[in-house]
Amino acid sequence: MSEDYVLELEHIRKEYPGVIALKDVTLQLRRGEILGLIGENGAGKSTLIKCCSGAVIPTSGKIKINGKEFTRMTPAAENGIAIIYQEFNNVGELSAAENMFLGRPILKKNGIVIDRKAMEEEAAKAFEQLNIKINPRTLVKNLSVGYQQMVEIAKAIQQNAQVLIMDEPSAPLTTNEVESMFKVVELLKSKGVSIIYISHRLEEIFRLSDRIEVIRDGEYVDTLITDKDPATIPNQVDDLIKLMVGREMTQKYPPRKPCVRDEVVIELDHVFGNGDEDISFKVHAGEVLGLGGLVGAGRTEIAQVIFGSRPKESGRIIFMGREINPKAPREAIDYGIALLPEDRKRHGALLTNSIKNNISMPIYERISKGTVIDSKTEKHTAERYREDIQIKCPSIHQLVKNLSGGNQQKVILAKWLAAQSKLTIFDEPTRGIDVGAKFEIYKLINDLVENGVAVLMISSEMEELIGMSDRIVVLAEGKMMGELQKDEFNADTIMSYASGVIPESKKEAV
Amino acid sequence: MQENKFAAIFKQNAIWLVFVVEIAIFAYFNPKFLSIPNIVNISRQVSYYGIASIGMTFVILIAGIDLSIGSIIALVNVVCAYLMMNMHWNMWLAIIVSILMAILIGILNGWMVASIGIPAIIATFASQTIFRGCAYLLSGGLPIPGVVLEHPTFGFFARWALNRWEIFKSMGTVGLIPICAIIMVICFAVGSFILNKSYFGRYFYAIGGNEEASELSGIRVNKMKYLIYALSGFFAGLAGIVLLSRSGSAQSTAAIGFEFEVITCVVLGGVSVAGGIGRMSGVIAGVLIIGSLKSGMIMMNVSEYTQMVVQGLVLAVAVGIDCFSKKRQAS
Repeated sequence: MSEDYVLELEHIRKEYPGVIALKDVTLQLRRGEILGLIGENGAGKSTLIKCCSGAVIPTSGKIKINGKEFTRMTPAAENGIAIIYQEFNNVGELSAAENMFLGRPILKKNGIVIDRKAMEEEAAKAFEQLNIKINPRTLVKNLSVGYQQMVEIAKAIQQNAQVLIMDEPSAPLTTNEVESMFKVVELLKSKGVSIIYISHRLEEIFRLSDRIEVIRDGEYVDTLITDKDPATIPNQVDDLIKLMVGREMTQKYPPRKPCVRDEVVIELDHVFGNGDEDISFKVHAGEVLGLGGLVGAGRTEIAQVIFGSRPKESGRIIFMGREINPKAPREAIDYGIALLPEDRKRHGALLTNSIKNNISMPIYERISKGTVIDSKTEKHTAERYREDIQIKCPSIHQLVKNLSGGNQQKVILAKWLAAQSKLTIFDEPTRGIDVGAKFEIYKLINDLVENGVAVLMISSEMEELIGMSDRIVVLAEGKMMGELQKDEFNADTIMSYASGVIPESKKEAV
Repeated sequence: MQENKFAAIFKQNAIWLVFVVEIAIFAYFNPKFLSIPNIVNISRQVSYYGIASIGMTFVILIAGIDLSIGSIIALVNVVCAYLMMNMHWNMWLAIIVSILMAILIGILNGWMVASIGIPAIIATFASQTIFRGCAYLLSGGLPIPGVVLEHPTFGFFARWALNRWEIFKSMGTVGLIPICAIIMVICFAVGSFILNKSYFGRYFYAIGGNEEASELSGIRVNKMKYLIYALSGFFAGLAGIVLLSRSGSAQSTAAIGFEFEVITCVVLGGVSVAGGIGRMSGVIAGVLIIGSLKSGMIMMNVSEYTQMVVQGLVLAVAVGIDCFSKKRQAS
């Protein structure tokens, strides 16, 4: 052992039924270094962290801490690993000190009563070490987000963590808070703590890290040594983006006849609302408009505004030539808008209802005389779409919860086909769906546009975005970063836009 | 496949088997249990539980609860009697007005639950207290007697309902069935119709399964909540009128704790308190089981206190079975 590694992950693999989350990831963390970890959405970063924390047990692979081997991690804290998640694990109603000693309070000599004073003193010491000014008695809910994060970091330090894993730590912070967080991180490094820093913001990675590891599709790709010379950074960014996205586009997409028409189905004109700012785009009949960006870029949010499930603040939505202002999904559906949400199980399918009921749900009032359902039409509709799009099920009376992910997605699609929508919004249409079913979903999207439906497709999968879209609009932090025509499609450009960087070649154009 | 189907049908109707076994046990210990007067008596007793249980079924199907129905019944009793006896209103008008009032109370519940967002258990508990108080205030805490005997039309209606036995016997025809039981049967038919044939039923099941996905499938969830609590109020109001016709005097203390008995019937009938699952036929069985349990226990001279213990146990066991089977499915 020539190098002094605190944490080593060797050939970590994690399989879930039907999905491989991690194929083969190796990671080595030196004592007192900051390692940047980057990868696209779904590359496996979160799963990897969970393997370190013990929340996920790897299918195979080794975890070594200070050279000592583990096949799985149980209470990570005892092994000196602490994780700062995007969502904090604080209890707002308790004080900063109480939060730091949550679950392992300091007791008075009698062993029953909590020694609040001792805890507050210890907390004060920890804060002092980090050069932060927090009164240990302040309730956590009264602290700013930045300070709440500091309480978590202080807790980790108080527990003598040697390894700190930070998952998108800057995401919830304001610019000033980010600066203070950087200072704390650098201070920790100087004290010999090793840090894995995960972020989509590449400039942060360059500023902080000593080395940068890239993973893609659950596999280790490469590790680069960070060169902090500002002159070389643009080149390094390009290299990293290539590494993150860089695979060959091997996956086949079903061919589609050119079918984009001139007719504009929906136009957003400077729409503000639901966290998004100044969004303008058009979708034509027979066109797939891809909506690219990172998680949290505001793509789902704009879809919710169009679908009427979240209010619009200003701007105009023009649908089929007239301005609409849907206040509820029912209104949007009646105009002819459909939404296939990202979280199928929570928002899409009615799991405890039958396939038949799911498919007819938006059209019951249409297929009823008075309030009485025309059960023949109801059955025919379900049977027809079961045939048409080949929902694999023993009968239409089967409950949707018993279907596979791909077939659930088909049921949701069938419901919107039955509603004869003119605009269909897909939010991550193939997330969690296996490769075979993906191809079928792509074919169904093609069928839709070939029949003149307009499709708005939100996707975090670069290949899918490029393979399926006619045009792509990229969002970052609730704002439009750019629009790409088919001949401009390029994973690097999209990735730069999504990271909030406008590439050199595009600067004058925007 | 065939066997599975059989098993499924058996499982769905297992509750009826419980009912049959129960009847058999009571009949074994007391042969009079199956006598016609007793059966008629039971049917009369269960009728107002049955009627109110329909609204409660809808409410529980969407994972809600309505604790106000006992108070609604008391208030309907007092108001209806007050209008007839003290204000000398026409009977039908008094009935219609008091049922409309019950519907309004239901709408108020719906408003608190859907628009304000108060948890159903608290919102309806609040209206339970409020409207019980209103009933006391209006009646001064005293019964309004003589509804049956002194009011010309209602008296006849009620006597007919109460004494059908003699009337039909003297007419020498089919009818052994009390009117209130007929009302209950009609209500169950309407309830089954709403649940199985109208799109409202589909919506109720969908909302009970997943509110968010229902809204995104185009169901106006809040509107449906208003409708459901209004229906619960309506059926409670109707049950109140039936109770008034039976008791003959309006008591502001009527139907205290009634909601819990109705919840027992509904849950026993297989409606999941988590929402989304349940059938009207199961609820009918639940109502009959509780009704005959009470009657049977009275005939066996079981004390009222013991009856309470038994009923509580039945509720716990019924919900326990529901939750246990869910737990097993989940793992």
